[in-house]
Amino acid sequence: MRLAQHMAVASERVRSTTIEATEFPELSRAYQVMGVPKIVINDRVQFEGAVPEKDFLGAVLQAVRAA
Amino acid sequence: MSMMTERDRAAVRQEFEKLAGPVRLVVFSQELLAGDLCRQNEALVREVAELSDQISVEVLNPAIDRERVAVYGVEQVPAIVVEGARDYGIRFYGVPTGYEFGNLIDSIVVASTGQPALAEETLATLRTLTADVDIKVFSTPT
Repeated sequence: MRLAQHMAVASERVRSTTIEATEFPELSRAYQVMGVPKIVINDRVQFEGAVPEKDFLGAVLQAVRAA
Repeated sequence: MSMMTERDRAAVRQEFEKLAGPVRLVVFSQELLAGDLCRQNEALVREVAELSDQISVEVLNPAIDRERVAVYGVEQVPAIVVEGARDYGIRFYGVPTGYEFGNLIDSIVVASTGQPALAEETLATLRTLTADVDIKVFSTPT
């Protein structure tokens, strides 16, 4: 996803891993992937589907706060 | 067999006109774990790298290059790390074809320029992060 990898370039704190769900069924099961794209941030905040940049950033902040 | 069509190549060449600095694609392959997929992944990366002299390729085997793989924190094969001026933390697990192929090309461009296409407000907020953020994006080729 474009936003995740651009955020990784913008901040040394951010890492973006794109996972091909069908090639990694165990990971997909572990993260309960039903639809794609599915985004999981810090294993805490998750959502499905493309979202606007502002909402994606909100999810990042929520994940950090939840830590 | 080629992983890319001639049309793909033309489109990628056009995208790569934006490249502004060297990019290293580090490929993680382990024949015994996922031979076919690792070969496909490596072939795709080499075909992409052929389209710009700014792009170099290195292949690591987690069973052999243990220490270096540990530094990258890559836990699966096949995988790709896209590095620019530094390791920005961009990883791909699995062969990035279809929709993900566009993301791979986009990640090469942004790693090369070091200039994310994000709103000023987003960049300002990201600068204030004091904790690590791990984003996993599950995707499929179609």
